[in-house]
Amino acid sequence: MSVKTDLSYPGVMSRKNEIMKRAVGLDYDQFELGGLAFDYEMMMAQAGYSLDQVARIQAETGVGRTPLLELRNLTRLARLSAPPGKGARIFVKDEACNPGGSFKARRAAVSCYQAAKLGYRGVIAATSGNYGAAVASQAAMRGLNCIIAQELFDSRDLSQPEILEKGRACEAYGAEVVQLSVGPELFYHFLVLLEETGYFNASLYTPFGVAGIETLGFEVAEQVRALTGRDPAAVLITHAGGGNVTGTARGMIKANCRDTAVIGVSVDLSGLHMASDRDFNRKSFTTGHTGFGVPFATWPDRADVPRNAARSLRYLDRYLTVTQGEVFYMTELLAQLEGLERGPAGNTSLAAAFSVARELNRDEILVVQETEYTGAGKHPSPQLTFARSQGVVVRRGDPVDNKPGELIVIPNRPAQISARELDLNALKRSYLKKARAEKKSEPLHPVERKYLAAEINSTENWVEDYFREES
Amino acid sequence: MEQAKKGDWVQIYKVLLPPGERAPGLPPETAAAPLAMKVKGHLIEETATAGDVVSVQTITGRIVTGELIAVNPAYRIDYGCPQPELLNVGAEARRLLNEEAEVK
Repeated sequence: MSVKTDLSYPGVMSRKNEIMKRAVGLDYDQFELGGLAFDYEMMMAQAGYSLDQVARIQAETGVGRTPLLELRNLTRLARLSAPPGKGARIFVKDEACNPGGSFKARRAAVSCYQAAKLGYRGVIAATSGNYGAAVASQAAMRGLNCIIAQELFDSRDLSQPEILEKGRACEAYGAEVVQLSVGPELFYHFLVLLEETGYFNASLYTPFGVAGIETLGFEVAEQVRALTGRDPAAVLITHAGGGNVTGTARGMIKANCRDTAVIGVSVDLSGLHMASDRDFNRKSFTTGHTGFGVPFATWPDRADVPRNAARSLRYLDRYLTVTQGEVFYMTELLAQLEGLERGPAGNTSLAAAFSVARELNRDEILVVQETEYTGAGKHPSPQLTFARSQGVVVRRGDPVDNKPGELIVIPNRPAQISARELDLNALKRSYLKKARAEKKSEPLHPVERKYLAAEINSTENWVEDYFREES
Repeated sequence: MEQAKKGDWVQIYKVLLPPGERAPGLPPETAAAPLAMKVKGHLIEETATAGDVVSVQTITGRIVTGELIAVNPAYRIDYGCPQPELLNVGAEARRLLNEEAEVK
Protein backbone atom coordinates (compact mmCIF):
# COMPACT_ATOMS: atom_id res chain seq x y z
CA MET A 1 0.00 0.00 0.00
CA SER A 2 1.23 3.49 -0.81
CA VAL A 3 2.60 5.45 2.13
CA LYS A 4 0.35 8.29 0.99
CA THR A 5 -2.85 6.33 1.62
CA ASP A 6 -5.11 8.33 3.90
CA LEU A 7 -5.98 6.04 6.81
CA SER A 8 -8.09 8.56 8.74
CA TYR A 9 -11.66 7.51 9.42
CA PRO A 10 -13.24 9.95 6.93
CA GLY A 11 -10.50 9.21 4.39
CA VAL A 12 -11.11 5.46 4.40
CA MET A 13 -14.90 5.79 4.49
CA SER A 14 -14.80 8.06 1.44
CA ARG A 15 -13.16 5.22 -0.51
CA LYS A 16 -15.75 2.68 0.66
CA ASN A 17 -17.50 2.19 -2.67
CA GLU A 18 -14.36 1.64 -4.75
CA ILE A 19 -12.87 -0.70 -2.12
CA MET A 20 -16.10 -2.70 -2.01
CA LYS A 21 -16.45 -2.97 -5.75
CA ARG A 22 -12.96 -4.42 -6.08
CA ALA A 23 -13.41 -6.74 -3.11
CA VAL A 24 -16.69 -8.39 -4.08
CA GLY A 25 -16.09 -8.65 -7.82
CA LEU A 26 -19.64 -7.55 -8.41
CA ASP A 27 -21.08 -4.34 -9.80
CA TYR A 28 -24.19 -3.68 -7.74
CA ASP A 29 -25.17 -0.70 -9.91
CA GLN A 30 -26.69 -3.07 -12.48
CA PHE A 31 -29.46 -3.99 -10.01
CA GLU A 32 -30.48 -0.42 -9.11
CA LEU A 33 -33.96 0.66 -10.21
CA GLY A 34 -33.68 4.30 -9.16
CA GLY A 35 -34.28 5.97 -5.80
CA LEU A 36 -34.74 3.49 -2.99
CA ALA A 37 -35.46 0.53 -5.24
CA PHE A 38 -33.30 -2.25 -6.60
CA ASP A 39 -34.13 -5.57 -8.24
CA TYR A 40 -33.56 -8.05 -5.44
CA GLU A 41 -34.59 -11.17 -7.33
CA MET A 42 -32.42 -10.21 -10.30
CA MET A 43 -29.46 -9.82 -7.93
CA MET A 44 -30.09 -13.22 -6.37
CA ALA A 45 -30.57 -14.87 -9.77
CA GLN A 46 -27.62 -13.30 -11.60
CA ALA A 47 -25.06 -12.96 -8.86
CA GLY A 48 -25.94 -15.96 -6.75
CA TYR A 49 -26.04 -19.61 -7.73
CA SER A 50 -28.88 -22.02 -8.34
CA LEU A 51 -29.77 -24.42 -5.56
CA ASP A 52 -28.18 -27.33 -7.45
CA GLN A 53 -24.98 -25.38 -8.05
CA VAL A 54 -24.78 -24.42 -4.37
CA ALA A 55 -25.32 -28.04 -3.30
CA ARG A 56 -22.50 -29.17 -5.59
CA ILE A 57 -20.14 -26.44 -4.35
CA GLN A 58 -20.92 -27.34 -0.74
CA ALA A 59 -20.50 -31.07 -1.33
CA GLU A 60 -16.93 -30.41 -2.54
CA THR A 61 -15.94 -29.26 0.94
CA GLY A 62 -18.18 -31.51 3.02
CA VAL A 63 -20.78 -28.89 3.86
CA GLY A 64 -24.49 -29.59 4.32
CA ARG A 65 -26.53 -32.79 4.39
CA THR A 66 -26.53 -32.58 8.18
CA PRO A 67 -28.78 -34.88 10.23
CA LEU A 68 -32.30 -33.90 11.26
CA LEU A 69 -32.91 -35.26 14.76
CA GLU A 70 -36.22 -35.61 16.59
CA LEU A 71 -35.99 -34.27 20.16
CA ARG A 72 -38.36 -36.76 21.76
CA ASN A 73 -37.62 -36.00 25.39
CA LEU A 74 -37.83 -32.23 24.95
CA THR A 75 -41.12 -32.72 23.10
CA ARG A 76 -42.45 -34.81 26.01
CA LEU A 77 -41.29 -32.14 28.43
CA ALA A 78 -43.02 -29.38 26.43
CA ARG A 79 -46.25 -31.40 26.40
CA LEU A 80 -46.30 -31.50 30.23
CA SER A 81 -47.08 -27.80 30.26
CA ALA A 82 -49.19 -27.70 27.07
CA PRO A 83 -52.99 -27.59 26.82
CA PRO A 84 -54.65 -30.97 26.08
CA GLY A 85 -53.85 -32.21 22.57
CA LYS A 86 -51.11 -29.63 22.12
CA GLY A 87 -47.34 -30.05 21.96
CA ALA A 88 -45.85 -30.30 18.47
CA ARG A 89 -42.96 -32.66 17.69
CA ILE A 90 -39.65 -30.75 17.85
CA PHE A 91 -36.87 -31.57 15.38
CA VAL A 92 -33.42 -30.03 15.18
CA LYS A 93 -31.09 -29.73 12.21
CA ASP A 94 -27.69 -30.57 13.66
CA GLU A 95 -25.70 -27.95 11.79
CA ALA A 96 -22.82 -28.27 14.26
CA CYS A 97 -21.83 -31.26 12.08
CA ASN A 98 -20.63 -28.89 9.33
CA PRO A 99 -16.89 -28.23 8.95
CA GLY A 100 -16.20 -25.22 11.17
CA GLY A 101 -19.03 -26.22 13.50
CA SER A 102 -22.08 -24.23 12.37
CA PHE A 103 -24.51 -23.49 9.52
CA LYS A 104 -22.21 -20.59 8.61
CA ALA A 105 -20.12 -23.12 6.67
CA ARG A 106 -22.87 -22.97 4.04
CA ARG A 107 -22.29 -19.26 3.47
CA ALA A 108 -18.53 -19.54 3.70
CA ALA A 109 -18.43 -22.45 1.23
CA VAL A 110 -19.96 -20.38 -1.56
CA SER A 111 -17.99 -17.21 -0.70
CA CYS A 112 -14.67 -19.07 -0.75
CA TYR A 113 -15.60 -20.89 -3.96
CA GLN A 114 -16.42 -17.53 -5.54
CA ALA A 115 -13.18 -15.97 -4.29
CA ALA A 116 -11.11 -18.84 -5.71
CA LYS A 117 -13.01 -18.77 -9.00
CA LEU A 118 -12.40 -15.04 -9.44
CA GLY A 119 -8.70 -15.48 -8.70
CA TYR A 120 -8.44 -13.75 -5.33
CA ARG A 121 -5.52 -14.92 -3.17
CA GLY A 122 -7.40 -14.60 0.07
CA VAL A 123 -10.62 -13.75 1.86
CA ILE A 124 -11.48 -11.37 4.70
CA ALA A 125 -14.50 -11.35 6.97
CA ALA A 126 -15.40 -9.01 9.81
CA THR A 127 -17.16 -11.15 12.40
CA SER A 128 -17.10 -12.00 16.07
CA GLY A 129 -19.40 -14.95 15.40
CA ASN A 130 -19.19 -18.49 14.06
CA TYR A 131 -18.73 -17.15 10.57
CA GLY A 132 -15.03 -16.58 11.27
CA ALA A 133 -14.28 -20.26 11.89
CA ALA A 134 -16.49 -21.18 8.93
CA VAL A 135 -14.60 -18.90 6.53
CA ALA A 136 -11.24 -19.96 7.95
CA SER A 137 -12.13 -23.63 7.51
CA GLN A 138 -13.45 -23.20 3.95
CA ALA A 139 -10.50 -20.98 2.99
CA ALA A 140 -8.16 -23.71 4.24
CA MET A 141 -9.87 -26.24 1.96
CA ARG A 142 -9.70 -23.91 -1.04
CA GLY A 143 -6.06 -22.93 -0.43
CA LEU A 144 -6.88 -19.27 0.23
CA ASN A 145 -5.31 -16.94 2.76
CA CYS A 146 -7.78 -15.80 5.38
CA ILE A 147 -8.04 -12.80 7.70
CA ILE A 148 -10.79 -12.56 10.31
CA ALA A 149 -11.35 -9.18 12.00
CA GLN A 150 -13.06 -9.46 15.38
CA GLU A 151 -14.48 -6.84 17.73
CA LEU A 152 -13.05 -8.41 20.88
CA PHE A 153 -11.78 -6.39 23.82
CA ASP A 154 -13.01 -3.40 25.83
CA SER A 155 -10.92 -0.51 27.17
CA ARG A 156 -10.08 -2.61 30.28
CA ASP A 157 -8.67 -5.30 27.93
CA LEU A 158 -11.46 -7.74 28.86
CA SER A 159 -13.00 -10.11 26.32
CA GLN A 160 -15.98 -12.42 26.13
CA PRO A 161 -14.79 -16.03 26.42
CA GLU A 162 -17.08 -16.95 23.51
CA ILE A 163 -15.32 -14.57 21.10
CA LEU A 164 -11.88 -15.62 22.35
CA GLU A 165 -12.75 -19.23 21.55
CA LYS A 166 -13.93 -18.31 18.06
CA GLY A 167 -10.65 -16.50 17.48
CA ARG A 168 -8.71 -19.55 18.63
CA ALA A 169 -10.72 -21.69 16.20
CA CYS A 170 -9.90 -19.32 13.33
CA GLU A 171 -6.19 -19.64 14.14
CA ALA A 172 -6.54 -23.41 14.32
CA TYR A 173 -7.70 -23.32 10.68
CA GLY A 174 -4.70 -21.20 9.70
CA ALA A 175 -6.34 -17.77 9.61
CA GLU A 176 -4.86 -14.47 10.76
CA VAL A 177 -7.05 -12.96 13.45
CA VAL A 178 -7.07 -9.18 13.79
CA GLN A 179 -8.49 -8.29 17.20
CA LEU A 180 -10.07 -4.88 17.67
CA SER A 181 -11.41 -2.94 20.62
CA VAL A 182 -15.11 -2.14 20.97
CA GLY A 183 -16.70 0.04 18.34
CA PRO A 184 -18.41 0.08 14.96
CA GLU A 185 -15.08 0.99 13.31
CA LEU A 186 -14.52 -2.73 12.89
CA PHE A 187 -15.95 -1.93 9.47
CA TYR A 188 -13.42 0.88 8.97
CA HIS A 189 -10.49 -1.43 9.62
CA PHE A 190 -12.09 -4.14 7.52
CA LEU A 191 -11.96 -1.68 4.58
CA VAL A 192 -8.31 -0.89 5.36
CA LEU A 193 -7.48 -4.61 5.28
CA LEU A 194 -9.37 -5.15 2.00
CA GLU A 195 -7.53 -2.24 0.42
CA GLU A 196 -4.14 -3.35 1.72
CA THR A 197 -4.42 -7.00 0.69
CA GLY A 198 -6.72 -6.96 -2.34
CA TYR A 199 -8.50 -9.97 -0.84
CA PHE A 200 -12.11 -10.97 -1.43
CA ASN A 201 -14.80 -9.58 0.88
CA ALA A 202 -16.37 -12.78 2.24
CA SER A 203 -19.28 -10.74 3.55
CA LEU A 204 -22.18 -12.51 5.20
CA TYR A 205 -24.49 -10.47 3.04
CA THR A 206 -23.52 -11.14 -0.59
CA PRO A 207 -25.90 -13.01 -2.90
CA PHE A 208 -23.43 -15.96 -2.83
CA GLY A 209 -23.40 -16.08 0.95
CA VAL A 210 -27.16 -16.01 1.31
CA ALA A 211 -27.67 -18.45 -1.57
CA GLY A 212 -25.47 -20.80 0.47
CA ILE A 213 -28.17 -21.03 3.16
CA GLU A 214 -30.94 -21.92 0.72
CA THR A 215 -29.76 -25.54 0.80
CA LEU A 216 -30.47 -25.57 4.54
CA GLY A 217 -34.13 -24.66 4.03
CA PHE A 218 -34.41 -27.12 1.15
CA GLU A 219 -32.90 -29.96 3.21
CA VAL A 220 -35.26 -29.20 6.12
CA ALA A 221 -38.26 -29.57 3.82
CA GLU A 222 -36.95 -32.77 2.24
CA GLN A 223 -35.93 -34.42 5.51
CA VAL A 224 -39.14 -33.58 7.36
CA ARG A 225 -41.18 -34.98 4.49
CA ALA A 226 -39.10 -38.14 4.38
CA LEU A 227 -39.34 -38.70 8.14
CA THR A 228 -42.95 -37.69 8.75
CA GLY A 229 -44.73 -37.55 5.41
CA ARG A 230 -45.78 -33.95 5.94
CA ASP A 231 -44.50 -30.39 5.82
CA PRO A 232 -43.37 -28.64 9.01
CA ALA A 233 -45.91 -26.28 10.59
CA ALA A 234 -43.11 -23.86 11.39
CA VAL A 235 -39.38 -23.44 11.16
CA LEU A 236 -37.63 -21.42 13.88
CA ILE A 237 -34.56 -19.50 12.81
CA THR A 238 -32.14 -17.52 14.95
CA HIS A 239 -32.10 -13.96 13.65
CA ALA A 240 -28.93 -11.84 13.76
CA GLY A 241 -28.18 -10.08 10.47
CA GLY A 242 -31.13 -11.78 8.76
CA GLY A 243 -29.24 -14.08 6.36
CA ASN A 244 -30.22 -17.23 8.21
CA VAL A 245 -33.91 -16.30 7.98
CA THR A 246 -33.67 -15.15 4.37
CA GLY A 247 -31.70 -18.11 3.01
CA THR A 248 -33.69 -20.74 4.91
CA ALA A 249 -37.01 -19.25 3.86
CA ARG A 250 -35.91 -19.05 0.21
CA GLY A 251 -34.78 -22.67 0.29
CA MET A 252 -38.10 -23.79 1.72
CA ILE A 253 -39.96 -21.88 -0.99
CA LYS A 254 -37.77 -23.65 -3.57
CA ALA A 255 -38.86 -26.95 -2.00
CA ASN A 256 -42.44 -25.73 -2.46
CA CYS A 257 -42.92 -25.72 1.31
CA ARG A 258 -45.18 -22.69 1.25
CA ASP A 259 -47.44 -23.19 4.25
CA THR A 260 -44.65 -23.45 6.80
CA ALA A 261 -44.51 -20.44 9.12
CA VAL A 262 -41.13 -18.69 9.11
CA ILE A 263 -40.37 -17.62 12.68
CA GLY A 264 -37.32 -15.51 13.50
CA VAL A 265 -35.92 -15.64 17.04
CA SER A 266 -33.44 -13.34 18.80
CA VAL A 267 -32.09 -13.15 22.31
CA ASP A 268 -33.51 -10.07 23.99
CA LEU A 269 -30.70 -7.61 24.71
CA SER A 270 -32.91 -4.53 24.81
CA GLY A 271 -31.38 -1.66 26.75
CA LEU A 272 -27.77 -2.57 25.94
CA HIS A 273 -26.03 -0.28 23.45
CA MET A 274 -24.15 -2.26 20.82
CA ALA A 275 -21.41 0.36 20.38
CA SER A 276 -20.88 0.88 24.12
CA ASP A 277 -17.52 0.07 25.65
CA ARG A 278 -19.32 -0.38 28.97
CA ASP A 279 -22.18 -2.61 27.74
CA PHE A 280 -19.99 -4.77 25.49
CA ASN A 281 -19.02 -7.23 28.22
CA ARG A 282 -22.32 -7.09 30.08
CA LYS A 283 -24.01 -9.31 27.52
CA SER A 284 -23.56 -13.06 27.39
CA PHE A 285 -24.63 -13.54 23.77
CA THR A 286 -22.41 -12.02 21.12
CA THR A 287 -24.73 -12.74 18.19
CA GLY A 288 -28.28 -13.88 17.42
CA HIS A 289 -29.58 -11.04 19.58
CA THR A 290 -31.94 -8.09 19.13
CA GLY A 291 -28.98 -5.68 18.90
CA PHE A 292 -28.31 -7.07 15.44
CA GLY A 293 -31.71 -8.55 14.60
CA VAL A 294 -33.92 -5.49 14.90
CA PRO A 295 -31.64 -2.95 13.14
CA PHE A 296 -30.88 -5.36 10.29
CA ALA A 297 -34.53 -6.38 9.83
CA THR A 298 -35.66 -2.77 9.72
CA TRP A 299 -32.85 -1.49 7.46
CA PRO A 300 -30.86 -4.28 5.79
CA ASP A 301 -28.58 -2.02 3.76
CA ARG A 302 -26.51 -1.09 6.82
CA ALA A 303 -24.36 -4.11 5.88
CA ASP A 304 -20.80 -4.33 4.53
CA VAL A 305 -21.97 -4.58 0.90
CA PRO A 306 -23.87 -1.98 -1.17
CA ARG A 307 -27.04 -4.10 -1.25
CA ASN A 308 -27.69 -6.69 1.42
CA ALA A 309 -28.94 -10.08 0.16
CA ALA A 310 -30.35 -10.79 3.63
CA ARG A 311 -33.77 -9.13 3.85
CA SER A 312 -35.72 -10.87 6.57
CA LEU A 313 -38.93 -8.81 6.58
CA ARG A 314 -39.66 -10.23 3.13
CA TYR A 315 -40.01 -13.67 4.69
CA LEU A 316 -40.85 -13.45 8.39
CA ASP A 317 -44.28 -14.55 9.58
CA ARG A 318 -43.40 -13.97 13.24
CA TYR A 319 -40.45 -12.61 15.20
CA LEU A 320 -39.96 -13.84 18.77
CA THR A 321 -37.51 -13.00 21.52
CA VAL A 322 -36.20 -15.18 24.33
CA THR A 323 -34.04 -14.31 27.33
CA GLN A 324 -30.40 -15.24 27.88
CA GLY A 325 -31.41 -17.33 30.90
CA GLU A 326 -33.98 -19.30 28.88
CA VAL A 327 -31.36 -20.14 26.26
CA PHE A 328 -28.78 -21.28 28.83
CA TYR A 329 -31.51 -23.41 30.46
CA MET A 330 -32.44 -25.01 27.11
CA THR A 331 -28.77 -25.61 26.33
CA GLU A 332 -28.54 -27.58 29.58
CA LEU A 333 -31.73 -29.51 28.79
CA LEU A 334 -30.54 -30.35 25.26
CA ALA A 335 -27.37 -31.86 26.74
CA GLN A 336 -29.03 -33.70 29.60
CA LEU A 337 -32.25 -34.93 27.99
CA GLU A 338 -31.16 -35.41 24.39
CA GLY A 339 -27.44 -36.11 24.81
CA LEU A 340 -26.46 -33.24 22.51
CA GLU A 341 -23.91 -30.84 23.97
CA ARG A 342 -24.06 -27.79 21.71
CA GLY A 343 -23.18 -24.10 21.95
CA PRO A 344 -25.66 -21.75 23.63
CA ALA A 345 -26.04 -19.18 20.82
CA GLY A 346 -27.18 -21.90 18.42
CA ASN A 347 -29.95 -22.87 20.84
CA THR A 348 -31.70 -19.50 20.69
CA SER A 349 -34.42 -20.75 18.36
CA LEU A 350 -34.65 -24.01 20.34
CA ALA A 351 -35.75 -22.06 23.42
CA ALA A 352 -38.49 -20.42 21.37
CA ALA A 353 -39.50 -23.76 19.81
CA PHE A 354 -40.14 -25.19 23.26
CA SER A 355 -42.62 -22.37 23.80
CA VAL A 356 -44.22 -22.44 20.32
CA ALA A 357 -44.66 -26.25 20.50
CA ARG A 358 -47.32 -25.71 23.19
CA GLU A 359 -49.42 -23.68 20.72
CA LEU A 360 -49.53 -26.41 18.07
CA ASN A 361 -51.21 -29.80 17.80
CA ARG A 362 -49.28 -32.94 18.75
CA ASP A 363 -49.11 -34.25 15.20
CA GLU A 364 -47.57 -31.02 13.87
CA ILE A 365 -43.86 -30.56 13.25
CA LEU A 366 -41.58 -27.78 14.44
CA VAL A 367 -38.05 -27.48 13.11
CA VAL A 368 -35.18 -25.74 14.85
CA GLN A 369 -32.86 -25.30 11.90
CA GLU A 370 -29.44 -25.06 13.56
CA THR A 371 -27.06 -26.07 16.28
CA GLU A 372 -23.49 -24.83 16.74
CA TYR A 373 -20.33 -26.40 18.15
CA THR A 374 -19.39 -25.92 21.78
CA GLY A 375 -16.07 -25.82 23.61
CA ALA A 376 -14.08 -23.99 26.25
CA GLY A 377 -15.35 -20.40 26.40
CA LYS A 378 -18.36 -21.15 24.24
CA HIS A 379 -20.50 -22.92 26.79
CA PRO A 380 -22.94 -21.92 29.58
CA SER A 381 -20.47 -22.29 32.46
CA PRO A 382 -17.65 -20.05 31.18
CA GLN A 383 -20.13 -17.54 29.76
CA LEU A 384 -21.99 -17.29 33.08
CA THR A 385 -18.72 -17.29 35.06
CA PHE A 386 -17.66 -14.29 32.97
CA ALA A 387 -21.06 -12.58 33.34
CA ARG A 388 -20.79 -12.81 37.15
CA SER A 389 -17.28 -11.33 37.01
CA GLN A 390 -18.83 -8.32 35.24
CA GLY A 391 -21.35 -7.79 38.02
CA VAL A 392 -24.28 -9.51 36.31
CA VAL A 393 -26.47 -11.41 38.79
CA VAL A 394 -27.35 -15.01 37.90
CA ARG A 395 -30.21 -16.70 39.76
CA ARG A 396 -33.14 -19.09 39.38
CA GLY A 397 -36.57 -17.53 39.01
CA ASP A 398 -39.17 -16.41 36.52
CA PRO A 399 -37.66 -15.34 33.15
CA VAL A 400 -39.97 -12.32 33.03
CA ASP A 401 -37.62 -10.74 35.62
CA ASN A 402 -34.64 -10.98 33.24
CA LYS A 403 -32.83 -7.67 32.73
CA PRO A 404 -30.12 -7.60 30.02
CA GLY A 405 -26.77 -6.55 31.45
CA GLU A 406 -27.93 -6.85 35.06
CA LEU A 407 -29.84 -10.04 35.73
CA ILE A 408 -29.86 -13.44 34.06
CA VAL A 409 -32.73 -15.57 35.30
CA ILE A 410 -32.49 -19.34 34.85
CA PRO A 411 -36.10 -20.59 34.82
CA ASN A 412 -37.35 -22.59 37.81
CA ARG A 413 -39.51 -24.83 35.62
CA PRO A 414 -39.78 -25.70 31.90
CA ALA A 415 -43.31 -24.28 31.89
CA GLN A 416 -41.85 -20.81 32.44
CA ILE A 417 -40.13 -20.77 29.06
CA SER A 418 -42.22 -18.38 27.06
CA ALA A 419 -41.08 -16.64 23.89
CA ARG A 420 -42.28 -13.07 23.51
CA GLU A 421 -43.76 -11.72 20.29
CA LEU A 422 -42.20 -8.70 18.63
CA ASP A 423 -44.82 -6.69 16.76
CA LEU A 424 -43.98 -7.39 13.13
CA ASN A 425 -46.14 -4.52 11.91
CA ALA A 426 -44.21 -2.15 14.17
CA LEU A 427 -40.97 -3.41 12.60
CA LYS A 428 -42.44 -2.85 9.14
CA ARG A 429 -43.42 0.69 10.08
CA SER A 430 -39.92 1.22 11.44
CA TYR A 431 -38.54 0.12 8.05
CA LEU A 432 -40.87 2.54 6.25
CA LYS A 433 -39.89 5.33 8.62
CA LYS A 434 -36.26 4.93 7.54
CA ALA A 435 -37.32 4.78 3.89
CA ARG A 436 -39.25 7.99 4.39
CA ALA A 437 -36.25 9.69 5.97
CA GLU A 438 -34.15 8.64 2.96
CA LYS A 439 -36.70 10.16 0.60
CA LYS A 440 -36.84 13.39 2.60
CA SER A 441 -40.01 15.07 1.34
CA GLU A 442 -39.92 13.70 -2.21
CA PRO A 443 -42.92 11.66 -3.34
CA LEU A 444 -42.56 7.89 -3.82
CA HIS A 445 -42.12 6.67 -7.37
CA PRO A 446 -44.45 3.75 -8.26
CA VAL A 447 -41.38 1.52 -8.67
CA GLU A 448 -40.31 2.42 -5.14
CA ARG A 449 -43.78 1.76 -3.76
CA LYS A 450 -43.81 -1.69 -5.30
CA TYR A 451 -40.29 -2.33 -4.00
CA LEU A 452 -41.14 -1.24 -0.45
CA ALA A 453 -44.25 -3.43 -0.41
CA ALA A 454 -42.08 -6.44 -1.35
CA GLU A 455 -39.45 -5.43 1.20
CA ILE A 456 -41.91 -5.64 4.08
CA ASN A 457 -44.10 -8.38 2.58
CA SER A 458 -47.11 -6.12 2.55
CA THR A 459 -49.30 -4.34 0.03
CA GLU A 460 -48.63 -1.18 -1.96
CA ASN A 461 -51.71 0.31 -0.30
CA TRP A 462 -50.20 -0.27 3.15
CA VAL A 463 -47.03 1.51 2.05
CA GLU A 464 -49.02 4.36 0.52
CA ASP A 465 -51.17 4.74 3.63
CA TYR A 466 -48.08 4.91 5.84
CA PHE A 467 -46.49 7.63 3.72
CA ARG A 468 -49.75 9.58 3.60
CA GLU A 469 -50.35 9.37 7.37
CA GLU A 470 -46.83 10.42 8.19
CA SER A 471 -46.71 13.40 5.85
CA MET B 1 8.07 -10.91 30.04
CA GLU B 2 11.10 -12.67 28.68
CA GLN B 3 13.01 -11.17 25.81
CA ALA B 4 11.71 -11.98 22.34
CA LYS B 5 14.05 -12.88 19.52
CA LYS B 6 13.69 -12.86 15.76
CA GLY B 7 11.12 -15.39 14.54
CA ASP B 8 9.31 -15.72 17.89
CA TRP B 9 5.52 -15.82 17.79
CA VAL B 10 4.50 -12.56 19.45
CA GLN B 11 1.53 -10.26 19.90
CA ILE B 12 1.56 -6.53 19.23
CA TYR B 13 -0.79 -3.69 20.15
CA LYS B 14 -1.47 -0.63 18.06
CA VAL B 15 -3.81 2.36 18.31
CA LEU B 16 -5.60 2.72 14.98
CA LEU B 17 -7.73 5.74 15.82
CA PRO B 18 -7.08 7.84 18.94
CA PRO B 19 -10.03 9.42 20.78
CA GLY B 20 -11.17 12.42 18.77
CA GLU B 21 -10.45 10.71 15.45
CA ARG B 22 -12.99 7.92 15.81
CA ALA B 23 -16.35 7.53 14.04
CA PRO B 24 -18.97 10.17 14.82
CA GLY B 25 -21.93 9.38 17.06
CA LEU B 26 -20.25 6.96 19.48
CA PRO B 27 -21.45 6.64 23.08
CA PRO B 28 -19.17 8.82 25.27
CA GLU B 29 -17.43 5.89 27.02
CA THR B 30 -16.49 4.40 23.64
CA ALA B 31 -15.43 7.74 22.15
CA ALA B 32 -13.12 8.33 25.14
CA ALA B 33 -11.11 5.17 24.38
CA PRO B 34 -8.91 4.64 21.32
CA LEU B 35 -9.79 2.14 18.59
CA ALA B 36 -7.02 -0.36 19.23
CA MET B 37 -5.83 -3.51 17.51
CA LYS B 38 -3.92 -6.62 18.52
CA VAL B 39 -2.26 -8.90 15.99
CA LYS B 40 0.05 -11.91 16.25
CA GLY B 41 2.99 -12.71 14.03
CA HIS B 42 6.66 -13.67 13.85
CA LEU B 43 9.02 -11.01 15.20
CA ILE B 44 11.14 -9.38 12.52
CA GLU B 45 13.65 -7.57 14.80
CA GLU B 46 16.65 -9.47 16.20
CA THR B 47 15.56 -8.90 19.81
CA ALA B 48 12.87 -6.93 21.62
CA THR B 49 11.24 -6.55 25.01
CA ALA B 50 7.75 -5.59 26.09
CA GLY B 51 6.84 -2.03 25.18
CA ASP B 52 9.23 -1.85 22.22
CA VAL B 53 7.77 -0.83 18.89
CA VAL B 54 8.41 -3.81 16.63
CA SER B 55 7.34 -5.32 13.32
CA VAL B 56 5.82 -8.74 12.85
CA GLN B 57 5.04 -10.87 9.85
CA THR B 58 1.54 -12.29 10.26
CA ILE B 59 0.45 -15.76 9.15
CA THR B 60 -0.81 -14.29 5.86
CA GLY B 61 2.52 -12.53 5.26
CA ARG B 62 1.51 -8.99 6.15
CA ILE B 63 4.03 -6.78 7.92
CA VAL B 64 2.46 -4.91 10.84
CA THR B 65 4.12 -2.64 13.40
CA GLY B 66 3.05 -2.02 16.98
CA GLU B 67 4.01 -2.26 20.62
CA LEU B 68 5.21 -5.70 21.73
CA ILE B 69 2.85 -7.00 24.44
CA ALA B 70 3.35 -10.77 24.61
CA VAL B 71 5.62 -13.60 23.51
CA ASN B 72 3.85 -16.82 22.50
CA PRO B 73 0.56 -15.56 24.00
CA ALA B 74 -1.60 -18.17 25.72
CA TYR B 75 -5.20 -19.01 24.90
CA ARG B 76 -6.91 -18.05 28.13
CA ILE B 77 -10.19 -19.86 27.64
CA ASP B 78 -11.63 -22.45 29.98
CA TYR B 79 -14.92 -23.96 31.10
CA GLY B 80 -15.24 -21.62 34.08
CA CYS B 81 -17.00 -22.76 37.25
CA PRO B 82 -19.94 -25.14 37.35
CA GLN B 83 -23.03 -22.99 37.73
CA PRO B 84 -25.17 -23.84 40.76
CA GLU B 85 -28.23 -22.52 38.93
CA LEU B 86 -27.71 -25.07 36.13
CA LEU B 87 -26.49 -28.08 38.14
CA ASN B 88 -29.95 -29.45 38.93
CA VAL B 89 -31.74 -28.51 35.71
CA GLY B 90 -31.28 -31.92 34.07
CA ALA B 91 -32.31 -33.91 37.15
CA GLU B 92 -35.39 -31.73 37.68
CA ALA B 93 -36.52 -32.27 34.08
CA ARG B 94 -35.97 -36.04 34.29
CA ARG B 95 -38.02 -36.11 37.49
CA LEU B 96 -40.91 -34.36 35.70
CA LEU B 97 -40.72 -36.87 32.85
CA ASN B 98 -40.59 -39.83 35.26
CA GLU B 99 -43.58 -38.54 37.24
CA GLU B 100 -45.55 -38.31 34.03
CA ALA B 101 -44.52 -41.85 33.04
CA GLU B 102 -45.72 -43.17 36.44
CA VAL B 103 -49.09 -41.45 36.13
CA LYS B 104 -49.56 -43.23 32.82
